[in-house]
Amino acid sequence: MDQNSIHRVRRQALSIAHGVTLFLAMLVICLPGIWIVLSSLRPTVEIMAKPPVWIPQELSVDAYIAMFSGVGKGGIPVLDYFRNSLIISVTSTVIAIVIGMAGGYAFARYRFRAKSAMFLGLMLTRTVPGIALSLPLFFVYARLGIIDTHFGLILVYVALNVPFTVWLIDGFFRQVPKDLAEAAQIDGCTRWQAFWQVEFPLAGPGIASAGIFAFLTSWNEFALASQLTRSINSKTLPVGLLDYTSEFTIDWRGMCALAVVMIIPALTLTFIVQKHLVGGLTSGAVKG
Amino acid sequence: MKGWKPSPPFLLLLPAIIVLAAVVVVPLLLSLYSSFTPFRLTRPETFWVFIGARNYINIFTNRDFWAAFARTVVLLTVALNLEMLIGLGLALLVEKASRGQRLLRTIMMFPMMFSPILVGFQFKFMFNDNIGLVNNALQALGLTDRAIPWLIDGNLAFIAILTAEIWSSTSVFAILILAGLLAMPREPLEAARVDGCTPWQTFRYVTWPFIMPFAFIAMTIRSLDVARAYDIVKIMTDGGPAGRTELVWTLVARTAYSDAKMGLANAMAYFSILLSIGFTVYFYRKLAAARTQIAAEW
Repeated sequence: MDQNSIHRVRRQALSIAHGVTLFLAMLVICLPGIWIVLSSLRPTVEIMAKPPVWIPQELSVDAYIAMFSGVGKGGIPVLDYFRNSLIISVTSTVIAIVIGMAGGYAFARYRFRAKSAMFLGLMLTRTVPGIALSLPLFFVYARLGIIDTHFGLILVYVALNVPFTVWLIDGFFRQVPKDLAEAAQIDGCTRWQAFWQVEFPLAGPGIASAGIFAFLTSWNEFALASQLTRSINSKTLPVGLLDYTSEFTIDWRGMCALAVVMIIPALTLTFIVQKHLVGGLTSGAVKG
Repeated sequence: MKGWKPSPPFLLLLPAIIVLAAVVVVPLLLSLYSSFTPFRLTRPETFWVFIGARNYINIFTNRDFWAAFARTVVLLTVALNLEMLIGLGLALLVEKASRGQRLLRTIMMFPMMFSPILVGFQFKFMFNDNIGLVNNALQALGLTDRAIPWLIDGNLAFIAILTAEIWSSTSVFAILILAGLLAMPREPLEAARVDGCTPWQTFRYVTWPFIMPFAFIAMTIRSLDVARAYDIVKIMTDGGPAGRTELVWTLVARTAYSDAKMGLANAMAYFSILLSIGFTVYFYRKLAAARTQIAAEW
């Protein structure tokens, strides 16, 4: 065999190995999710069966119907929880992004005293574990009377997300060369215009990814929400999931169904923004 | 006009500072104070009794607390290292893929959409000794003939929790490292190849230094959020069996809400905060070092 064909064979073997590894990795990532979706569609008897039933014999959406049919029929008020989750997550994400953009821009573009200490200080506020923070917040909120309101939870989530968005957005603004904005200013833009028309579009993917992170953090948060919410006024889905376990012993199928409901919005949102997420980063002027 | 005009960066940072001061700093000062009182939820008047450092002395002599503390550190160290390695591997695999990169990226983000509490439920379901997917699969493949008590044996439960933790957080690393790989300029890579570097050398001396800041960003993001393991443990084992999987955070919650010893719980919470701060400061310094290195070399 000449050297060329050896190389070709090796290259092919490598590419097959690459494909197989990739497939296995993706399988491990997907399997738990697939299993949840599948279990939500199967009757409880089949989930509990011993020896296990691998191929589903019958599929039904009973669990979903039971879930959305309201409190009276042994369901939980999923629609209310869903609405609460959505309002709280979206509002807090938008506010956190606006605040985070201002902060991130300040860190990426200006020099000022105690800059790195300040940055670290911001981050450290985020490290406080939710469970440690829930306790004093509960007192403060009880005094202010904002327990079990959307406002209270939005406020916490903004604070939770701000350090994080500042961090990410700072990093992405750093990727945009300073010269571009300076060039725009020389060409007659104001600083404000230079920001909106040059730097903002280039940092857009980063800001989008910061937004996703912030949304998911709010959407998924449990430790604080479980303390600061009481009723359908403001309970979010993760807290609602816990309702399920206390009312019934453990209804695996019902919980799987609620899990699917929780994931769908996050999945949709991520899918919509993800094309801005990584791809646009290197395009355009940064490279040239 | 007055003489003093606030600088632009200060104005830009002001909203962030106000929000964080109101929601985090002030409540934390309150809880710092209450960690020096014998405050109990059931007796509000104890909030005003000052007992000095007695809560902290209690903690220092508490075996359970130190066991939980050590367990937390072990869990975090093992989990973060494995997540980093697997995430790097995944990112490299996806970057190499010629087709369907967008789909792969979406799949890779999948675990991130799961709330930790869902991850807990899902793995509790899968590791269930009777009806769980893991045991069913092992038995069907003939690898074991009895049900393995995943969540009932202390060590196995720890492994189960570790699995859940790694599954849920690896994608943060994978996505940020992939972002770094895609943002990387092509010229140095081509130059390295022209100069005759082996793939390993190219990776070690060209790619790795460039993506290192991204890896440390991911590390820091994770270390900001290490306490989310609380949700997972809370659902999967709730610190059991017999406290064998108790972490600092579950212990804090138990002391605060089940035993109603708020003062003591707040003192413990301060230890967990210090732990988180330690992790974050460590990675932040690494990140800063990586950034200056990049700035010097590129």
